[in-house]
Amino acid sequence: MKYIIAIIQPHKLEDVKEELYKAEVNLITVSEVLGHGRQKGVTEVYRGARETGNLLRKIRLEIAVNDNFLDATINAITKGARTGNVGDGKIFVMDMKDCVRIRTGEVGSIAIG
Amino acid sequence: MNLINAGDTAWVLVSSALVLLMTPALAFFYGGMVRKKNVLSILMQCMIIVGLISVQWVLFGYSLSFHPGNGFWGGFGWFGLNGVGFDPYPDYAATIPHQAFMIFQAMFAIITPALILGAFAERMKFSAFLIFMLLWATLIYDPIAHWVWGVGGWLRTKGTLDFAGGTVVHISAGIAALATALMIGRRKNLDKGTPTPHNMPFVVLGTGLLWFGWFGFNAGSALAANGLAVNAFVVTNTAAAAAGLAWAVIEWMHNGKPTLFGFCSGAVAGLVAITPASGFVSVVPAIIIGILVSVFCFIAVALIKPKLRYDDSLDAFGVHCIGGIWGALATGLFASKIVNPTGADGLFFGNPAQFMTQLFAVGVTIAYSFVGTLILYKVVDMMVGVRASEEEENIGLDLSQHSERAYTVIE
Repeated sequence: MKYIIAIIQPHKLEDVKEELYKAEVNLITVSEVLGHGRQKGVTEVYRGARETGNLLRKIRLEIAVNDNFLDATINAITKGARTGNVGDGKIFVMDMKDCVRIRTGEVGSIAIG
Repeated sequence: MNLINAGDTAWVLVSSALVLLMTPALAFFYGGMVRKKNVLSILMQCMIIVGLISVQWVLFGYSLSFHPGNGFWGGFGWFGLNGVGFDPYPDYAATIPHQAFMIFQAMFAIITPALILGAFAERMKFSAFLIFMLLWATLIYDPIAHWVWGVGGWLRTKGTLDFAGGTVVHISAGIAALATALMIGRRKNLDKGTPTPHNMPFVVLGTGLLWFGWFGFNAGSALAANGLAVNAFVVTNTAAAAAGLAWAVIEWMHNGKPTLFGFCSGAVAGLVAITPASGFVSVVPAIIIGILVSVFCFIAVALIKPKLRYDDSLDAFGVHCIGGIWGALATGLFASKIVNPTGADGLFFGNPAQFMTQLFAVGVTIAYSFVGTLILYKVVDMMVGVRASEEEENIGLDLSQHSERAYTVIE
């Protein structure tokens, strides 16, 4: 079992969701985050006061998958999120120790899907 | 001899302030409907128009619209308000200072171009926006205002009835909205789902303030504190109420649930439709006008727009043009000399010719504003390019055009 965290551009969320659905990965958690990678921040100006290097709005996806879904999930995220420019984001993959479905008490692989 | 009436003057000045408030109200009405990365661009576009047209109007806009020039426009005879003083100008308003009439009309000239911006929300470059709006106000609004309201204007001479701006304001802006939406194209990613309005309470705030300001718009157009103003006040409130109810009921039947957004859309559509009729019709026709405007606008916005796939993002065409056309034609149906002896009777009061007069004015306004807007759009596009770049649209217009954002995520 793997736990995937992906950071993507906000405007690519719809594309990524579409690709994930095509790959039959339907269970995702989405949150709005601020972040800073290699992409420069956008300058903001308030009454003449400049604020450079501000953190950029990003979207964080969290997806738990069984091992046989890992490649398809990573491909889907990459395909949906890539523009080719700096700032497209990152995908982090972690081993996941366990998973429990609260409703039934099921544990492990079966609880993911 | 002083013909100035203190009550009339006070009412027109208060009405002017009420109508001014409608533009910031529109900013919140529209601003709530867009995504949060674009809300400031909407507010900015509305507010900068207050600045831009206020200056344009006193310099030459008022003169172009209301100076008794030729049939097409008024010319520059009142440039810089030269000759527009504090004595009444009886052709427009016999009991208030001429400048009171001027500043009341200024507020109409401000909100009319602002109505259009709902059509191209979330994707127009700010520089292009400014040039487009100045040209549109000067070359589209000012002439049409002159035709319908100005001394010597050719539609006024033909007997067109437009109490507070159905053709001049709502049809001219509404059809221009369609023209710009067609020219600028759809927003990115629209096929993957319509963006959700980011702040519905803003839409309600805007609706409430528009409704409030509209009493100045319509009842103020009596240009006197008299019974006609009261009639306009009462039918305005009635039509807005009936239309809001009607839209909610239509949604209930069509989608299974009434929505707040639907009620607000209906109320605004009702205000639009009663605008040209408010000084000529009584309260029962106002209810009919209100109910039917919601039927027509709902069909335009919810059924026709998705089929034809033009991206009139915030329904400036669907509400203002469709509602304005219905209001102008309804004036030709329901107008009555019992309400306003200086007006005319409509079709249902034995004068079918008035309906044809209204139909003609609607057609002329649509044709002139639509074609004129297409040309202006092309000109501005050649000058600076109208549409924001793909990257600017992705980031949002707030940051890309103004270096500001409306909401922080942390702190």
